[in-house]
Amino acid sequence: MFRWITITVLAITIIGLGVFGYKEHQEKNAILLQAENNYQRAFHELTYDMDLLHDKIGATLAMNTRAQISPQLAEIWRLTSEAKSNVGQLPLTLLPFNKTEEFLANIGDFSYNTAVRDLEKKPLTEEELKGLEALYKQSGEIKKELRQVQSMVLSENLRWMDVQLALATSDENGDNTIINGFKTVEKSMEGYHETNMQTGIVSTGSEKELNKIKGEKITKEQARGIATKWLKGVDKSDLTLTSSGKGANIDTFTASYQKGDTNGYIDITKKGGHPLTVMISRKVKEPKISLYKGSEKAKSYLERINLTDVELVESNQYEHVGVYRFVYSKDGIRHYPDSVRVKVALDNGDLLGLTAIDYYSHHDDDALKEPAISEEEAREKVNPNLEIREQHLSVIENEAEEQVLCYEFMTTMDNETYRIFINAWDGTEEKVEILHSVEPKFKTSL
Amino acid sequence: MIWKNTVMFCLMFVLFIQPFAELNHIKPVHAFSNQVIQHGAVGDDVIELQARLQYLGFYNGEIDGVFGWGTYWALRNFQYEFGMKVDGLAGPKVKEKLVEASEYDKGYVKKQIRQGNDFTHYGGMPNKQQTEQPSKEQQSQQQQQQPASPPQEPTAVNVPSGYSQNDIQLMANAVHGEARGEAYIGQVAVAAVILNRVESASFPNSISGVIFEPRAFTAVSDGQIWLTPDETSKRAVLDAINGWDPSGGALYYFNPNTATSDWIWSRPQIKRIGKHIFCM
Repeated sequence: MFRWITITVLAITIIGLGVFGYKEHQEKNAILLQAENNYQRAFHELTYDMDLLHDKIGATLAMNTRAQISPQLAEIWRLTSEAKSNVGQLPLTLLPFNKTEEFLANIGDFSYNTAVRDLEKKPLTEEELKGLEALYKQSGEIKKELRQVQSMVLSENLRWMDVQLALATSDENGDNTIINGFKTVEKSMEGYHETNMQTGIVSTGSEKELNKIKGEKITKEQARGIATKWLKGVDKSDLTLTSSGKGANIDTFTASYQKGDTNGYIDITKKGGHPLTVMISRKVKEPKISLYKGSEKAKSYLERINLTDVELVESNQYEHVGVYRFVYSKDGIRHYPDSVRVKVALDNGDLLGLTAIDYYSHHDDDALKEPAISEEEAREKVNPNLEIREQHLSVIENEAEEQVLCYEFMTTMDNETYRIFINAWDGTEEKVEILHSVEPKFKTSL
Repeated sequence: MIWKNTVMFCLMFVLFIQPFAELNHIKPVHAFSNQVIQHGAVGDDVIELQARLQYLGFYNGEIDGVFGWGTYWALRNFQYEFGMKVDGLAGPKVKEKLVEASEYDKGYVKKQIRQGNDFTHYGGMPNKQQTEQPSKEQQSQQQQQQPASPPQEPTAVNVPSGYSQNDIQLMANAVHGEARGEAYIGQVAVAAVILNRVESASFPNSISGVIFEPRAFTAVSDGQIWLTPDETSKRAVLDAINGWDPSGGALYYFNPNTATSDWIWSRPQIKRIGKHIFCM
């Protein structure tokens, strides 16, 4: 009797487990399949986008009337952004696929800039046409390679999940067909890199001009000395000093220390010994000084790097710290690219952070061209629905990454504040920003 | 019977008079603390500043305790109208004038903020008319959770322009998942890498795009991103957004002890912070 009961119970358990296991397995497969389908969709859409892109660029080359070229370029721009988003969805981060993405970014920039330009006044130059031809060839190449990969994927039923696994598990990722395919695409792009540069289509990137940094080379010992000036209450012996590697675009010494809850960090340029980044992390108690007092403190810290001609353009209190943005200001002209940010603890006014990379990489004393239009003329360029409240002269970096002198107007309409920059040399509306830096706290529990 | 009626009448009378009593009650002058209030400040003084400016009709925005642009322009208008130096700073003179010219019903304002009501604080209008009670349901909920949430805090926060609290939260999640064992500076650097990627041509153009890009961050693929981030990672993210980049413009980082890909080793290295090597 007892034996029978045991057998029945065990049998039921086994059947139950079996059913449960099967269900789990099915669910897992369903989810895997869905992930796989997402990858597949992104990949096939990418190849389709490249197809269209190639055709559209080709058609643009053949066009003659300006009225047609502009919308065509806008279409190209839309396609590149779509293609970029599809690339972003594929699990390719550990693959060297950036040349292709750069290509997409280049053509996106190019098509946008020319699409918004008045081609009646400024038609495509000879160089730009050459550049477009080069892009046409490149897109053809990419399209061909991608088509190749696509046909393999389809005929051999390749799955992106396997790419995931191959990339994740082994360094032997040479065996995967898809990975190989993408590597070929990437190789074919490398050859074009040079031609782009020659034809005026420059790859964008963070390759800033940093040769503006001045000064003599400093030694490690000097770096330690500079570090102790910025990190309060630290001996030279507490500091760990390291040197930046070959990938850095500015050579720096980095000094850091750890003392209980407090840790500090500073980057100092090897040339000139300027502090680029200072950060001190510690617990900040209840504020004792106001944001305003903090800003005066912040300004006094800037005197340490001989920076006295500054104007405070932004201040914000985040809980117990104040964060300030200063810009270099001379003869009443604000130089927005030459900015320094300072973080001050509002419990005792100590410096918590400083970042001056922007200042050191943009600042020079070159004389500016005088404004060619008057403030009155600039005012007329501002949308009449806006009420102008404040004006300044300022230097900003425009979309083409050139420094331009502008009339800056702070304006309001309804309850919104807008900042408008009108080029002081030719009256172009360079930039319109809507300013809001306050957000209601959302209730996290309703 | 008569006695009962009298009681009823008295009761009605008291009930009727109650709201007015509140109005007629003479309030002591609540003056500001002695700090100079400027753009970007938060706290009680800002609440008072906004309430007083609204009392005089200069400020039409919400009384939320954060000195934003709306408050700035209101203050400048006030300074202009009262013949003072127009600089957008609430210094001692400005505050004196404000206290002279306006009334500040601290109890009322604080109560409204605490209860989460939509309210205004214009002069010459009974408070009752300036409050919009939330629906019954909401109110009961709020009353329930009242002990949990300490009152009298500003109802808004400063955010770096171009980013929302939710962006910051998402980044804090990623940073916490990726670098929670690291020193503060290492967390800022990881946050900076995310932002550098958003800027870069070779990566998606949004924070969410970068973070959720397949295979980009291990914390995303193994689910660690959904751990609750601590305050440190949030502060680190805020610093990175505010412009601090200790990584030196890096686009990649890896842990040399666990990195499996040869390719990542081939990238030009910038520096090492904590356990991570940052590279271009």
